[in-house]
Amino acid sequence: MNSSSGKGSMSTASSSAAWKAGDAVPEQFPAGLRVLVVDDDQTCLMILEKMLRTCLYEVTKCNRAEIALSMLRENKNGFDIVISDVHMPDMDGFKLLEHIGLEMDLPVIMMSADDGKHVVMKGVTHGACDYLIKPVRMEALKNIWQHVVRKWKDEWKDFEQSGSVEEGDRQQKQSEDADYSSSANEGNWKSSKKRKDDEDEAEERDDTSTLKKPRVVWSVELHQQFVAAVNQLGIDKAVPKKILELMNVPGLTRENVASHLQKYRLYLKRLSGVSQHQSNPNNSFISPEEAAFGPLSSLNGLDLQTLAATGQLPAQSLATLQAAGLGRSTAKSSIPMPLVDQRNIFSFENPKLRFGEGQQQHMNNNKQINLFHGIPTTMEPKQLASLHHTAQSIGNINMQVTSHGAQSFQNNSLLMPMAQPQSRGQVLNNSTVGHAPTLPSSMGQPILSNGVAVNVSPRNGIPENIRAPGYNPVSQTSSILNFPMNTASELPGNSFTLGSTPGISGLTSKGAFQEDVNSEMKGLGEFLSSYDTFNDLNQHKPQNWEIQYVGMTYDASQHSNSLQDNLDLMQSVLVQQGFSSGQVNGQNRSAAVVRKAMFSAGDSTEHVNAQNVNQHLNSLVENTIRVKSERVADASAANLFPNHFGQEDLMSALLKQQEGILPAENEFDFDGYSMDDIQE
Amino acid sequence: MRQSFFDEEILDRQFIQLEKLEDRENPNFVEEVLTLYFRDSTTLLATIEREMENVPIDFPKVDRILHQLKGSSASIGANKVRNEITKTRELWQQGNREGAKATFQEARKEHDTLKAKLEPYFQQLRQAGPAETAMRPR
Repeated sequence: MNSSSGKGSMSTASSSAAWKAGDAVPEQFPAGLRVLVVDDDQTCLMILEKMLRTCLYEVTKCNRAEIALSMLRENKNGFDIVISDVHMPDMDGFKLLEHIGLEMDLPVIMMSADDGKHVVMKGVTHGACDYLIKPVRMEALKNIWQHVVRKWKDEWKDFEQSGSVEEGDRQQKQSEDADYSSSANEGNWKSSKKRKDDEDEAEERDDTSTLKKPRVVWSVELHQQFVAAVNQLGIDKAVPKKILELMNVPGLTRENVASHLQKYRLYLKRLSGVSQHQSNPNNSFISPEEAAFGPLSSLNGLDLQTLAATGQLPAQSLATLQAAGLGRSTAKSSIPMPLVDQRNIFSFENPKLRFGEGQQQHMNNNKQINLFHGIPTTMEPKQLASLHHTAQSIGNINMQVTSHGAQSFQNNSLLMPMAQPQSRGQVLNNSTVGHAPTLPSSMGQPILSNGVAVNVSPRNGIPENIRAPGYNPVSQTSSILNFPMNTASELPGNSFTLGSTPGISGLTSKGAFQEDVNSEMKGLGEFLSSYDTFNDLNQHKPQNWEIQYVGMTYDASQHSNSLQDNLDLMQSVLVQQGFSSGQVNGQNRSAAVVRKAMFSAGDSTEHVNAQNVNQHLNSLVENTIRVKSERVADASAANLFPNHFGQEDLMSALLKQQEGILPAENEFDFDGYSMDDIQE
Repeated sequence: MRQSFFDEEILDRQFIQLEKLEDRENPNFVEEVLTLYFRDSTTLLATIEREMENVPIDFPKVDRILHQLKGSSASIGANKVRNEITKTRELWQQGNREGAKATFQEARKEHDTLKAKLEPYFQQLRQAGPAETAMRPR
């Protein structure tokens, strides 16, 4: 089998607890392969067990499908392959097959005395990697290891395709990503294997692939579906194939999902405070990302559209966003500076905000980005609810946020963008924040439209926050909100100097945004912890924010830059959120971002803000945005609407939210992305 | 004695597969598996017979049990039993209750014959001891 070094990893990745990632494949492979046999017939079970033992496999037999499923769930990496009978009294074999495929993504072999073509076909369509007719012979069992290897290989390919760029990241993250599922490990493994080569290749590949492939717009709904699928599978076990199957979206390829997943994972990483990535890898990725931003822009547009479609975004917002998206590029450049400054302002005790990256469980970033807290505006309750559901998919949140009206969205969107960029090439862990870049661009724009947009910049700081899933969105948002909303974000402790950003005032909406962000962030939970702040922020200004948010989140999650427009939005959102979260975590960056946004807002020229936001977003996106950006996006979104909310209101809202939000570690790994990276 | 099983096609090559699985750790593996088989099959046959006469008849249930019996019979290499069960199932699925019932009786007969013949065979094996088993032609 994989005689190549990769082999070792492969086995590790997919299954084997026995083999750690990176370990060389044991010489005796396939001996030791861990097989789970499920059959209600005791006779068959006994025979199979003996046969498999003779093949030197490690066998576990089970005569009830339910028990088998719980065994698999309890020990996700405990088995390499499953052999199951088709006809079982307590559960249909195909159903078990589906569950395993989705939740654990293990190769499953079906078997039955029934050799009818119809049944065999069913096995194929349900995803069985093989179908054995009883009586099963030894010869048939001897080679089942090939399915394990094949799966690894496929996973590897997915990762590679989705963005080898991230591989490098992956590697770095390898250690960090201990939690990552085996598939992730695979990726890591792969990364380590050819990180360097892959990076380059990936980048190229990414670009080429993006060029060749029609850009997939990760709309809010799509992202929601994605997140739902990922949640269902468990982030550890979520592999593109399974996600794709779960999502059941025609026309969506595994590569699309894989790259999106990478981004998402990066985002998650960010949220969990993976700081490593932030700095360097991101930079490297950023560049490619930038290039990729092109696609993001499309994404932005799409998101906007999606949002608009969903009715979330007000028509005008959509238009604004789009316009923003278009103008993103320009905005981006201009923003960088101001944002930075702003960030400083915000750098209040962000640490507080830092919701523990990822730890913010309460934030539930993953689960349901409660972005919707308080988002009074557009967020419709049900949307919020849906957002919550998608929690995991921060991206969803982002998406949702945007659709919702920015409130919940904001966080989500921020997240989303982050996630997306991450997936590019593999969840560029934080490092690939590059994706963020796209956001900034878009963010800037939307913000403009809203007027609030600018607020995003302050958010820039947020983006950082966003990264830290944990980062208290609240706090961050508060910081971000400083501008109008951010103040409110005194979310959990982030004493974002709400007032710090003078410009923020204009951001009043931002404040709201912050709240939203905060709330959102909270909702995001681990994943989006940083988002929460955003939620809070979002709440305030759903509309404007939405737009921004859209852009922001979009970017954040997508490193696909193609969505630049979205990025802009997202950036702004991110910024907003990022600020809040960043603030908390002390991430100036976020603050900067936010500030930028805020500044923008404050500056009165929305454009400015937007730009700032964008820039921040970009940077944010790049670095921490991934994870945080989403949040930031939210935040920014919030910021975007500074107009709507009065500062005081926002502040209070934020404050409230902050309290609720755990000090999220602002993981914004915005290590100062250069907005430039975000490229339009 | 053993050869007669194959000659009469009572057992098929699958039985040989089981024999191959025997080793020092599991010297009586085949006997163990067969014991397990007969334990379940006797119950299943009784259930089928009962269900076939039941009113109202639960068609799917009988079909499921027939399928299971088919699978386990095939797994141990009980050739004739499996064939009869397969025929029974086909008729049953076609809705031919009477035909299925008749064929089922044939299946039952084969099953009982197999059991009756295997018992002395295993006894013989146990008496012969491991050496005999090792020398047993494969």
